[in-house]
Amino acid sequence: MPLVKNGKIATDTFVHVADDAELPGDGAILVSAARFLENPEAILRRPGKTGVIWPNNRDVDDLVQYLDRLAVVGLVFPSFRDGRAYSQARLLRERHGFRGELRATGQVLRDQFMFMLRAGFDAFEVKKEADADAFANTAKRYSVFYQPTGDGRLTALHQRMQLRHSESASQ
Amino acid sequence: MYAYDELDRTLINERVSEFRDQVKRRLSGELTEDEFKMLRLQNGVYLQLHAYMFRVAIPYGTLSSKQLRRLAHVARRYDRGYGHFTTRQNIQFNWIKLAELPDALSDLAEVGIHAMQTSGNNTRNVTSDQWAGVAPGEIEDPRIWSELLRQYTTLHPEFSFLPRKFKFAITASAHDRAAIKVHDIGLRLHKNAAGETGFEVLVGGGLGRTPFIGKTIKPFVPGRDLLSYVEAILRVYNQYGRRDNIYKARIKILVHELGIEKFAQEVEEEWLQIRDSALTLDASVVEEVRSRFSYPVYEKLPHMPDELKKAAHDPLFERWRKNSVFPHKVPGYAIVVLSLKPVGGPPGDATAEQMDAIADLADKYSFGEIRVGHEQNLALPHVARRDLPVLWQALDKIGVATPNVNLVSDIIACPGLDYCSLANARSIPIAQELTRRFANHDTANLIGRLHINISGCINACGHHHVGHIGILGVEKNGEEFYQITIGGRADENAEVGTLIGPAVKYGEVADVIEDIVEAYLALRARPDEPFVDTVKRLGVEPFRERVYATR
Repeated sequence: MPLVKNGKIATDTFVHVADDAELPGDGAILVSAARFLENPEAILRRPGKTGVIWPNNRDVDDLVQYLDRLAVVGLVFPSFRDGRAYSQARLLRERHGFRGELRATGQVLRDQFMFMLRAGFDAFEVKKEADADAFANTAKRYSVFYQPTGDGRLTALHQRMQLRHSESASQ
Repeated sequence: MYAYDELDRTLINERVSEFRDQVKRRLSGELTEDEFKMLRLQNGVYLQLHAYMFRVAIPYGTLSSKQLRRLAHVARRYDRGYGHFTTRQNIQFNWIKLAELPDALSDLAEVGIHAMQTSGNNTRNVTSDQWAGVAPGEIEDPRIWSELLRQYTTLHPEFSFLPRKFKFAITASAHDRAAIKVHDIGLRLHKNAAGETGFEVLVGGGLGRTPFIGKTIKPFVPGRDLLSYVEAILRVYNQYGRRDNIYKARIKILVHELGIEKFAQEVEEEWLQIRDSALTLDASVVEEVRSRFSYPVYEKLPHMPDELKKAAHDPLFERWRKNSVFPHKVPGYAIVVLSLKPVGGPPGDATAEQMDAIADLADKYSFGEIRVGHEQNLALPHVARRDLPVLWQALDKIGVATPNVNLVSDIIACPGLDYCSLANARSIPIAQELTRRFANHDTANLIGRLHINISGCINACGHHHVGHIGILGVEKNGEEFYQITIGGRADENAEVGTLIGPAVKYGEVADVIEDIVEAYLALRARPDEPFVDTVKRLGVEPFRERVYATR
């Protein structure tokens, strides 16, 4: 499964560690929320970066106190129809100020990329090779946005207001 | 009318190009039907019994003549020469070919029409009072806010994959023509004690298999906070709405299970976090959108022009005028409702020729503007009263002057088993038969205001729960049966109807309805006591006795 990061196909430096597998001595790991919460301090103390895969039916509030020590938070799309992780992503980015990698996992398909980017995701475990190849073009598909989110893109309403001001200034 | 600017145009063109790519990937097999299903639904494309069905949005029910002509073009070029206006101010085409859909969308985009989010588990077309901006006594034009909401909900990055569909309706009148109490979010514009304009926000209304009347979650939300408050509701719903059972996934179930107080508290907590954010609508932003709505320049005209006095001698004209012409906020003008319920016809259908002719009449007599109402009729919103006689003749010629607006044959019906793959029973032929039974105008007039709503299955697209008489098609051992309710209504006093007795067979429905109407005529206290009031006063029992005594 290709990983897209910063708009390009990238090598995944993180290892997904199953709940019943032993933690590697070093290196970057991704563990489940359940495993992480069993003993967060022990996991965070080990050498190597930590990422947590957070389920979409658990409040992100429970993760907030660890955010500044996490390199990756992975959110889950069990099916592309299930949009709970979009809310979690915006909360992590916009309310809790998470600046690490926010990774979309699960059924991640081309036609969700734009929504995910706007919600704050910057890494994508893409289900299909062809979709990963199309990432850069898909991300450019839209140039107009109606809603303000934490991604900083200007909304249509604000663009219009700017236009108005520049028009009245030039009069 | 709202005029698209370059940004709006760019966005819908980008959407058309995205959909063209999605169709291409489906046709090449790159996308599975399961993957494509969600994508086509997000753009209003259903797979029906015989073909793809294409649902086009008519935001808050306002159309320009140019747009209506383009809908006629789509009916002619890509479909079978007609379209079907729906209870959510949309239009549906029933015979579209998948490969041609992107072209149809592109033709529509040229005149500022799209099909975004007319189906799927997202925020649907925002509906409003079909007389918005022209109804006497309105607080202000609710379409300004409808348009702000349309933009806010279009391709929302967080709320495009909700547990289930989500519908908004807005009214700014004391008399609710937008059925806000049976929507996921209903908004009523009003002024608070300080004279400030804001919204009473209702949540959790809806029909379907578990009907609920919406509850007030907040009596007053200032206009500036509308979007942040809506975002708070949607965020709570997106996270906590049920996804384990499609029949329990609407927000009404979440509100019901949590209780309105607890739900309101969750929303309030969320709202306080985002209240002062980029979502705040400063007066200047609202003004910007308002400035792109254009309004007719009305003339000073007499209320009783000579043309009208003269035509008053024609009883056929008078009959139509009294039924289909409604007061306008500007003296000398009127709102004219065009009945899409001819005797024996499918409710809400219009041919391409009719659409073209109506567009021409709108140019001539209504400042180029047409409205679509949730009752599946059209309206010309700005007609000079002096033009009524000549307009009537033109409307009569094209078959849209049946004087049955709000009467027993002004039936709301879903497409039913004739088209829909979800239906258990036929709706359209029942409606057609009823229009024949009540074809006599004098009888219909004597009965007075009476709304019959028909759904071909429990999903309730025909709003049967809130019909004064509701008819619901069900299937029993492979046969079509119909449950009949009475006493429902969709206005400011919205109520869900009560079952009158055991379900009846297809062939008996029209007889039963006739019996109910006869019972009403015998039971009403005075000739001007409307059907719903009689049911309210007496309950269902006396109706049940009369209707089922001989069955």
